[in-house]
Amino acid sequence: MTKMPLSKGLNAGLRAAMEADEKVLIMGEDVGRLGGVFRITDGLQKDFGESRVIDSPLSEQGILGTAVGMAMRGYRPVLEIQFDGFVYPAYDQIVSQVAKFHFRSAGKVKMPMVIRIPFGGGIGAVEHHSESPEGQFALTAGLKVVACSNANDAYWMIQQAIASDDPIVFMEPKRRYWDQGEVDLDHDPFPLHKSRIVREGTDATLIAYGPMVKTCLESADAAAEDGVNLEVIDLRTLSPLDLDPVYDSVRKTGHAVVVHEAAQTLGLGAEISSRITETCFYSLEAPVLRVTGYDMPYPPSRTEEEFLPGLDRVLDAVDRSLEY
Amino acid sequence: MSLTTPDTYMADDPAGDFPIVQLLTPEGERVSHPEFAYDGDDESIRELYRDLVLMRRVDFEAHALQRHGEIGLWPPAQGQEAAQIGSGRALRKQDFAFPTYREHGVALCRGVEPGKLVGLFRGTELGGWDPNEHGIALYSIVIGAQTLHATGYAMGLTLDGAVGHNDPDRDAAVIAYFGDGATSQGSVNEAFDWAAVFNAPVVFFCQNNQYAISASTDRQTRGPIAQRAGGFGFRGMRVDGNDVLACHAVTKAALQKARDGEGPTLIEAYTYRMGAHTTSDDPTRYRETAEVETWKLKDPIERVKRYLQVQGTPQEFFDALDAEAEVLGKNLREACKALPEPDLEALFSMVYVDGETPELLEQKAAYVAFRDGLETEGTPA
Repeated sequence: MTKMPLSKGLNAGLRAAMEADEKVLIMGEDVGRLGGVFRITDGLQKDFGESRVIDSPLSEQGILGTAVGMAMRGYRPVLEIQFDGFVYPAYDQIVSQVAKFHFRSAGKVKMPMVIRIPFGGGIGAVEHHSESPEGQFALTAGLKVVACSNANDAYWMIQQAIASDDPIVFMEPKRRYWDQGEVDLDHDPFPLHKSRIVREGTDATLIAYGPMVKTCLESADAAAEDGVNLEVIDLRTLSPLDLDPVYDSVRKTGHAVVVHEAAQTLGLGAEISSRITETCFYSLEAPVLRVTGYDMPYPPSRTEEEFLPGLDRVLDAVDRSLEY
Repeated sequence: MSLTTPDTYMADDPAGDFPIVQLLTPEGERVSHPEFAYDGDDESIRELYRDLVLMRRVDFEAHALQRHGEIGLWPPAQGQEAAQIGSGRALRKQDFAFPTYREHGVALCRGVEPGKLVGLFRGTELGGWDPNEHGIALYSIVIGAQTLHATGYAMGLTLDGAVGHNDPDRDAAVIAYFGDGATSQGSVNEAFDWAAVFNAPVVFFCQNNQYAISASTDRQTRGPIAQRAGGFGFRGMRVDGNDVLACHAVTKAALQKARDGEGPTLIEAYTYRMGAHTTSDDPTRYRETAEVETWKLKDPIERVKRYLQVQGTPQEFFDALDAEAEVLGKNLREACKALPEPDLEALFSMVYVDGETPELLEQKAAYVAFRDGLETEGTPA
């Protein structure tokens, strides 16, 4: 076991993937000499060269569009989108091209590509730097979407995503980049498209991913002081969803609260809530509740503490669920 | 600022400030150019002529198939045969082409069966061929998207060390096709930029057929398309897009430059779409008969025929080609109708390489159960 921040876990995972397969390329704005604005690719260009860690022109559509051609040529591009709010110029290439190539070529063309997106708020950034667009990719057939929440997952999930022959949108919780965690370099990793119980409990189930996992764990700690025992599930995979552990948990607790930073309407919480209701209807003792961002563009950062789901809003939802 | 079109647009004057490469006049006379020359003999010109005639036949047959309701849509390419055959025959086996949805002639040059071209438009499939087998990507419907794919593929060639060896069997290049309308897209301009920055071995081949559906080129750009390359740091040139010899010569040179590791080139093939954008639109609404009649006189096939006739090509050659085209047309009609109906159940497994997701497995099971239930109910007792 080695202790490192989540950002270093990603860096070490990228390094391992590049060492394992010479077809793995990193491309994005400022990923080379600077090591990325969050330093996730720090030192990689120095060790792997400019042709494997490519400083791209300032052009998100270009990053994604050229990566399509590179993948067709047999490469495995790993692309960094500098911030969540900058992904939209590349959106057409992601949803119209990357997501569909395997399908429309009847399996003849593969798009083994990872699109890394630092996402979510909580760092006091200016606008376009704190968004949660994961749902827009999760609803696109042909893409897979995952979100890491800790250093160990960062290290392993990035390698698993790069090894996948399907295109994967890789969401990184930027407010957790500097959180330290234990990384197990030796043991086989947890499967990529599986969710995981990160705290066992009996009274209610909290379902979260990415940055909100820590918030939910802190909420569970606080609830425990009041004698409420919360189970916390880290989804890890947003498309496809792995809800069997969620169903098992809800059958046990009878109460479910979904927590995410993205806006409520048509967010992932809506799908998860619906699926829990379809599957666990007779086990539920309360409707599935959601704690989410509000249905507004990301607000000025001095309001983000109120906008983002925090410990108090999560516990309030748990209370409402338990009162039914 | 006025949004009306300036009358100084130079595309109206191809012989103006931006010279046009021409090697065979509309009257069928060979002319010389200080830089480019067609290097084949008359036998090779007969082969190009055969390609032109067969491409037009495929185009006409597919158009007729649409009119008979066998395919839902067809983007006709009449008038653009020389641009497509001339450039397509300049490609080597190891090169790779990224087409729009109108490059029927290029696809034929790459060995795609005519029957495979209509599957997309008949709705039996979304592609139709194996890109790696033929060295041509699937048709791209989103305007300009494929120019970035081409650039990335070309960057991959460079990374693979597949350029710059002076080895005709090893060095490779990419050609990206697009229309005049596509030059308004950000993707095309980004592709120009990336190709220049990374010195990518890609030839951008713009078929300026004068209209993006109904909007004429002067609604897309106010300068010659060929001139745009200069702003990105590479060479642009304009060629008579109805002259198969010139299209071949210019493309061959640009591809060789790319294979030699000397970066991208933009070729603007100045041509004309004689028919509709697709079988769904009515070109008489947006252009004058006189304009179409003018371009008829520049037909890319007739000028080659005149040349070959003057050179003494026997009538038997033309008669045999007509007969071959008849057979091709018949085969295409039959191939179209024989395209297998797609199976929705099979498509569930095509979404991901790594197999169906739990959701897809569940939805497939539900679909199959529902479908089979309907079939059982529909069976007479």
